[in-house]
Amino acid sequence: MREATYDVVAIGGGPAGMAAALAAKEAGAERVLIIERDRELGGILQQCIHNGFGLTRFNEELTGPAYADRYIKMVGAAGVDAWLDCTVLAAEPGGAITCVGPSTGLTTVKAKAVVHSMGCRERTRGAIRIPGTRPAGVFTAGAAQRMVNMEGYLPGRDVVIVGSGDIGLIMARRLTLEGARVRAVFEIMPYSNGLTRNIVQCLQDFDIPLYLSHSVVAVHGHDRVTGVTVAEVDADLRVRPGTEFDMACDCVLLSIGLIPENELGKAIGIQSDRVTGGAVVDQYRQTSVPGFFAAGNVLHVHDLVDLVSEESAAAGQSAAQFARGLLPDSARQRPVSAGPGLRSVVPQRLSPAAPGRFSASFYFRASRPMGPSILTLRGDDGAVIWNRKLSKGVKPSEMIVAQIPYARFARAEALEFALAPDEAAEAELKSKREAKL
Amino acid sequence: MTTRTTHAIQCICCPTSCLGEADVEDGRVVETRGLTCEVGEAYAADEVVAPKRTVTTTVRVTGGKLHLLPVVSERPVPKEAVRDCVRLLRGVEVAAPIETGRVIVADALGLGVAFRASRDISAAPPQSAQV
Repeated sequence: MREATYDVVAIGGGPAGMAAALAAKEAGAERVLIIERDRELGGILQQCIHNGFGLTRFNEELTGPAYADRYIKMVGAAGVDAWLDCTVLAAEPGGAITCVGPSTGLTTVKAKAVVHSMGCRERTRGAIRIPGTRPAGVFTAGAAQRMVNMEGYLPGRDVVIVGSGDIGLIMARRLTLEGARVRAVFEIMPYSNGLTRNIVQCLQDFDIPLYLSHSVVAVHGHDRVTGVTVAEVDADLRVRPGTEFDMACDCVLLSIGLIPENELGKAIGIQSDRVTGGAVVDQYRQTSVPGFFAAGNVLHVHDLVDLVSEESAAAGQSAAQFARGLLPDSARQRPVSAGPGLRSVVPQRLSPAAPGRFSASFYFRASRPMGPSILTLRGDDGAVIWNRKLSKGVKPSEMIVAQIPYARFARAEALEFALAPDEAAEAELKSKREAKL
Repeated sequence: MTTRTTHAIQCICCPTSCLGEADVEDGRVVETRGLTCEVGEAYAADEVVAPKRTVTTTVRVTGGKLHLLPVVSERPVPKEAVRDCVRLLRGVEVAAPIETGRVIVADALGLGVAFRASRDISAAPPQSAQV
């Protein structure tokens, strides 16, 4: 068995792993390695051929492959090593990574710090238990995206999309442009789970109907899918009897959510967050196992790659500091929790501030869509110590980011965030509307 | 007599997804509200009278590590030309190696818009992993 030694190793060479590796190198880690199981770096960006990436990170609009290309060239120029076609089998506490691939053989890498950047995978039909037969032609939207954009196959000609996640919306447009007929998108929730811009440019532009509060109650077909039965659901997501209707199709795409691909973390008992499905981390993105960091979609599913890059750079920088013995001891930790109105918050705890760092970034998901809202932070005494007005309103599909100076919560032993409608702003909006009428 | 009509604008330029309004007079946007940046204002000015979209698709590759090359229009094209652009590119074939930014179609359908490669594709055979 071969052996190698590195200061920082990123497991997974998508946008998270590349940004982490680059930042680790820039923060003084001498030997940095990315281990990637695919044939090239870039991860899922390589099949996301549409535009809309990089608006905040590069201040211009790029396609997925072009965004990946920028990072591939930057990590190459920085002297980061990359092992492709190489799968990590285990990464033990202490930093012994076992990996295997055609050109590396079975190799043990000794790492001073490890960044988990494995990304996420799609939920499948089993996750939502769609009843009916088990014919061919039912795919996840991302699998279809790879077929169409990288392999050159069309997964079907008459397509029904289940779930209104962004990948499903993007594929509705893509399949339409490639000559398929996308008959409808069915979303069980009363609101879409995709970005508003994608509803407009992927569905409305092509007159593809979006049915909210609708669920697929049966899949039909023996060898190949021949259609689905759909029904309306009530506020408790129960089927309304008598609302069922059939729709013929030869392909069903599922865009029903993503789950962190966090098996390596679970295998070594890294504490995980039941809501996000990823690790519990501090502001440095360090997990409960010292020297193990996590960033990107393996930590919590993002909607924008720009935020993945930003978060992963912070994780990579911290990993380099850990490898050099410069990261503050994480013994004293303060809990951070998501209170009413919020589904999740990352980080879930705070370690002491590192020298030269004056603020921490927090990432939130709202639990439901709301109009103008106020995000508040309370300390352990219940007093509000920080707040921000979100005048544009919030949606669960759009992550909320807040950078907050340490000084604001220096004395709090525990932090709780909450999100509530901004009644004053809503009243003002309402009176404006009425004035116009 | 000029008449002023108001149109709702759902901006698609960035994830902020501003919901605004545009007032149109004589086929021209004269005033916008609710859009929070210049990019959005420009989008609104076009969207009511002559909507445009950036187009992305793939073209065939010969002699490359991959079979398909993603391409992107360097500027948005008129919305009604989107399907024709994709149809045009379906018939295009390009030989590897290809580098990001290379012009694949110089002037699509006489619109004055070029399509460029979104990524590098090296020549076959596949490269082995660097170790």
